[in-house]
Amino acid sequence: MSGIPHDHYEPKSTFTKGVEKRLPVIGLIYDTLMIPTPKNLNWMWIWGIVLAFCLALQIVTGIVLVMHYTPHVDLAFASVEHIMRDVNGGHMLRYLHANGASLFFFAVYLHIFRGLYYGSYKAPREITWIIGMIIYLLMMATGFMGYVLPWGQMSFWGATVITGLFGAIPFIGEPIQTWLLGGPAVDNATLNRFFSLHYLLPFVIAGLVIVHIWAFHNTGNNNPTGVEVRRTSKAEAEKDTLPFWPYFVIKDLFALGVVLIAFFAVVGFMPNYLGHPDNYIEANPLSTPAHIVPEWYFLPFYAILRAFTADVWAVQVVSFLTGGIVDAKFFGVLAMFGAIIAMALVPWLDTSSVRSGKYRPSFKWWFWLLAIDFVVLMWVGAMPTDGIYPYISLIGATYWFAYFFVILPLLGVLEKPAPLPASIEEDFASHYPGAAE
Amino acid sequence: MIKNLTLSALTALGLSATAALAAGEGGHIHDVDFSFEGPFGKYDQMQLQRGLQIYTEVCSSCHGMKFVPIRTLADEGGPRLPEDQVRAYASQLFVADEAANMHLFDYEEGAARPLTENDHFPANESQNAPDLSLMAKARAGFHGPAGLGINQFLKGIGGPEYIVAILTGYTGEEKVEAGTTYYENTAFSTGWIAMAPPLYGEDVEFADGHSNELHHEAEDVAAFLMWAAEPKMMARKKAGFVAVTFLVILTSLLYLTNKKLWAPHKGKKTSL
Repeated sequence: MSGIPHDHYEPKSTFTKGVEKRLPVIGLIYDTLMIPTPKNLNWMWIWGIVLAFCLALQIVTGIVLVMHYTPHVDLAFASVEHIMRDVNGGHMLRYLHANGASLFFFAVYLHIFRGLYYGSYKAPREITWIIGMIIYLLMMATGFMGYVLPWGQMSFWGATVITGLFGAIPFIGEPIQTWLLGGPAVDNATLNRFFSLHYLLPFVIAGLVIVHIWAFHNTGNNNPTGVEVRRTSKAEAEKDTLPFWPYFVIKDLFALGVVLIAFFAVVGFMPNYLGHPDNYIEANPLSTPAHIVPEWYFLPFYAILRAFTADVWAVQVVSFLTGGIVDAKFFGVLAMFGAIIAMALVPWLDTSSVRSGKYRPSFKWWFWLLAIDFVVLMWVGAMPTDGIYPYISLIGATYWFAYFFVILPLLGVLEKPAPLPASIEEDFASHYPGAAE
Repeated sequence: MIKNLTLSALTALGLSATAALAAGEGGHIHDVDFSFEGPFGKYDQMQLQRGLQIYTEVCSSCHGMKFVPIRTLADEGGPRLPEDQVRAYASQLFVADEAANMHLFDYEEGAARPLTENDHFPANESQNAPDLSLMAKARAGFHGPAGLGINQFLKGIGGPEYIVAILTGYTGEEKVEAGTTYYENTAFSTGWIAMAPPLYGEDVEFADGHSNELHHEAEDVAAFLMWAAEPKMMARKKAGFVAVTFLVILTSLLYLTNKKLWAPHKGKKTSL
C-alpha cells in the first residue's frame, strides 16, 4: 500500500494462506499496522489517535444515549433529565458525550495547526488535507446539530441564528432556510431532522476517516523536517523509519493517556465548565436569551461572521458594486465560510518549496501570529458586539484572510529558507547523539 | 519539542479559558464556601434536609420542581431520608397548580390524587415562577474577568452562589410598573426582580436546631437546589476519581514501556 519499501505479510499456515487467497484482509491489517513511520515524529503527531478515540467515544456513548432520548419538542428536555437522573450511569454517558465533543474539537484544532506549521498539506498530501477539511466541516455540522438535541434555550436560539445564516443568501435564502428547518421556524420538524442527521453524519465521518488514513498511508506520513523518507531501497527506508507497531502505537497510547487524564478530570469534576448555563433552561420560543453564544469551538468563525458589519468600508464597497445584493449579513456569511475554504485551499496558496515551518525563518512568525489570531478570535466571538470588540474581530478576521491569500503566496517567493537536513536519519541522530550506530 | 508542548499547553489554556462564557451581566455575587465544591467536596446531608424543608414550606408555594423524582430524596449522596419518611412526605405534598399537573389529576375526585414517592415533585406555573429543578445549573454566579473564564475555573459556575445572592440581596425598596410590583435586588441583572422577598430569616424551625438566620436559610436552600439539579454529583466525582487514578497508573506504565521500547533507537541506556 505504502510507497515506502517494506516487508509485506507472508501467510505461513494453510488456513491463513487460504484466507489471504480469498480476501487479503490479514495482509491489509498487517500492512496498516506495520507501516514504516518517520522515526522523528514529535508529540504534535499524537492528535490523530486522540481524534480516532474521540470518534469512537462519541459513537459509542451516542448510541446508548439514543436508547433513552426522545426527539420531540415537548419531551426532549425531559428525556435528557431522565438520562441524567434515572438511567444507570446516564449522567456519565451524557457528560462524556458533551465534553467528548469539546475534546474532539480541541484535538482537531491542534491537528490542523500542526498540519499548517509542518506543511503537511503540501504535495503529495493535498487529498489527505482536503478530506481532513471535509471531515472538519462534517464535525461542525454534527456538533451543531447535537447541541440542538437537548432542546435548551441555547439549543433553540443557536439553531435559530445558525439556520438564519442560510436565510441571508440573496433571493433563494428564505426558501432554503424553510427547507432546512422543515417549516417557517425552528420546531419539531427541525429537531427530528437534526436528530436523524446527528446520528448519520458520524458514520460518514468514520468512512472519510478511513479514506484520510488510506491517503496518508499511501504517501507516507509527513514529519517535522518535511524531508521525505528515502525510498530507493528497503535498507535506506529503514534508516529513516520505524514500524507503526509497536513504536508509535505505544507512544500514541501514552499520549492519549495523558490527554484522557485531563479529560476525565473535566468530566468528573467540572462537566459544565465548557457548557452554557442557559442550556439548562428548556427551550422557549417566546423568550430570547440576553446573549446567544455558540459553543466555544465555533467562536473563531462566529467572530469572523460578526466582524463584517455594515459600517466596514469593504462591506459597503461590495454592497454598492452588487447593487445591494451582497449586504452586510450575507457578506458575513460568505466571510465565515470563506475562512474555512481559505484553509482548505492552503495547498495551492502556499508557494514555498520548503515543507516544514521549522526551516522557514519568517513563516514561523506569521504562523504563530495566526495561532494567536485564532485564540483572540475565539475570545472575541463570545464578547458583546459593542465597544472595542467589533474592531478586534475585524482585525482578527482580516489577518486570517491575509495569512492565506497574501502572506503565504508572497512568503514562498520572498523568504530565504534555512538549509534542510539531508535525511530524517540525520535529523533524528542530531537529537540523539548517542544513537549513532 | 518542549517548545511545542509548552505552546500546546498554552493554547489549551487559552482555548478552555475563552470557552467558559459570560452569561449576561449580573449584579454582585459573593463566593460561598459550600461543602460540595471541589473534586473532593460532598453534599452535607443535614443541609440538604434543611433545604428541602425550606423548599417545601416556602418556595413550593410558587415554584415547581417537575424533573425531580420524589423517591430520589432517599438516594445515596442526597438528603437520604429514610424510605418511610419519603413516602409520608410524598403523600402530604400539596399540588398548588392543577393545570400544570394534569397527570396527577383524579377525575372522579375532582382533585389531584395523593402523591407517591414514584411521582415527581409537582410542577407549579400558577405564579409564572420558573421551575427550580435545574435552577442551580441554569444560572452563573461568576464571570470573566474579561470573558477569560478564570473565575469560573477557580470558583465554579456559581449557580448556588447566585441563588444565595438573590435570596439575601433585597434592599427593601419596591416599585410598581404596569401593575406589577418589583423589588430591588442587588444580585439581579436589572436590579429589580418580580419575586417578593421569600425569606426574611426565622421563616422555618429546623429539627436539627440549626440557625435559621437569613443567610443560613439561603445557603441551605441553595445547597438543596444544587442537589436537585445535580443529584448524581457524588457518583460523578467518584467515577472521575476512579478514572483519573486508573489512567495515571496506566499512563505511567505506558510511559515506562515507551521509554524502554525507544531506548535502543535513541542510544540511551535504561535501567529497566
